[in-house]
Amino acid sequence: MELFSDDFTDGNALAGPLREIFAVDMTTATGRCAGCGDEGPVAGMKVYAHAPGLVARCPSCQQVLMRLVRGPSSAWLDLRGTMSLRIPMPAE
Amino acid sequence: MGGIVSPGFRGRRGVEGGEVRLPPGQYLTEDFPVLTAGPTLRVPTDTWEFVIVTETGEKHRWDWQQLMALPSERPTVDLHCVTKWSKLHTSWQGVSLDVLLEGVDTAADYAMVHSYGGYTTNLPYEDLLHGQAWIAYKFDGEDLTPEHGGPARLLVPHLYLWKSAKWVRGITLTDEDTPGFWESAGYHDYGDPWREQRYQGD
Repeated sequence: MELFSDDFTDGNALAGPLREIFAVDMTTATGRCAGCGDEGPVAGMKVYAHAPGLVARCPSCQQVLMRLVRGPSSAWLDLRGTMSLRIPMPAE
Repeated sequence: MGGIVSPGFRGRRGVEGGEVRLPPGQYLTEDFPVLTAGPTLRVPTDTWEFVIVTETGEKHRWDWQQLMALPSERPTVDLHCVTKWSKLHTSWQGVSLDVLLEGVDTAADYAMVHSYGGYTTNLPYEDLLHGQAWIAYKFDGEDLTPEHGGPARLLVPHLYLWKSAKWVRGITLTDEDTPGFWESAGYHDYGDPWREQRYQGD
């Protein structure tokens, strides 16, 4: 298989949608891929937005890190491809 | 839909009782929007294969030449995407799943469809039968392009289009229902556009 086309945007596209759910800006959080173990900021994920939801993939191995679906009265956030998220917090 | 996912496609609204009848909440579009959950792959037909695995593990395999040698049909069908666009009277050519499943010994209730690239979608086994589903390889008389799922995609037009998996690679028949790529992330398990089964609980 070879790549035919790759129509994605960067993880900054997740800023607004995730701000609907979380109290902090999640694009500066650091995610670790459950597939290859690579670490990087949410803003650096490959986001496929022309889809029934937002699909964020690992820029290293293409593993699906995040699926975000917004229905009229619920949002679904599937993070099974993300091993962990390190989220910057204000100092206590 | 709310702020996250903008349908982004605008068209003439179907008029109930008028010339065009559309499922609830759908809009007509004349073009063919491309939706994808990942990079678009070019799958060469010389290495392409389609495999049906039954609930007992029995495998039925077709390569491209074998698929082309099977009797094909030319269905004209309406497409309904869960992002709210509908495209009417689309012309396809492909092999009916009735033909592919003819020699398959199964008592499975469910099917999981697998694609090159890792996409999955689930549906009841019955929905693959009785002239409702095809492995389609031509659209509008032309070879199906990679962006629309070529060389071959599943076509199950009576369900929302996310069930018509692009770059189809195989179907696993099972006794248990397991949610696929979108069904495990909020979308409806069955996805009947006429009952507007978009999300879980609809």
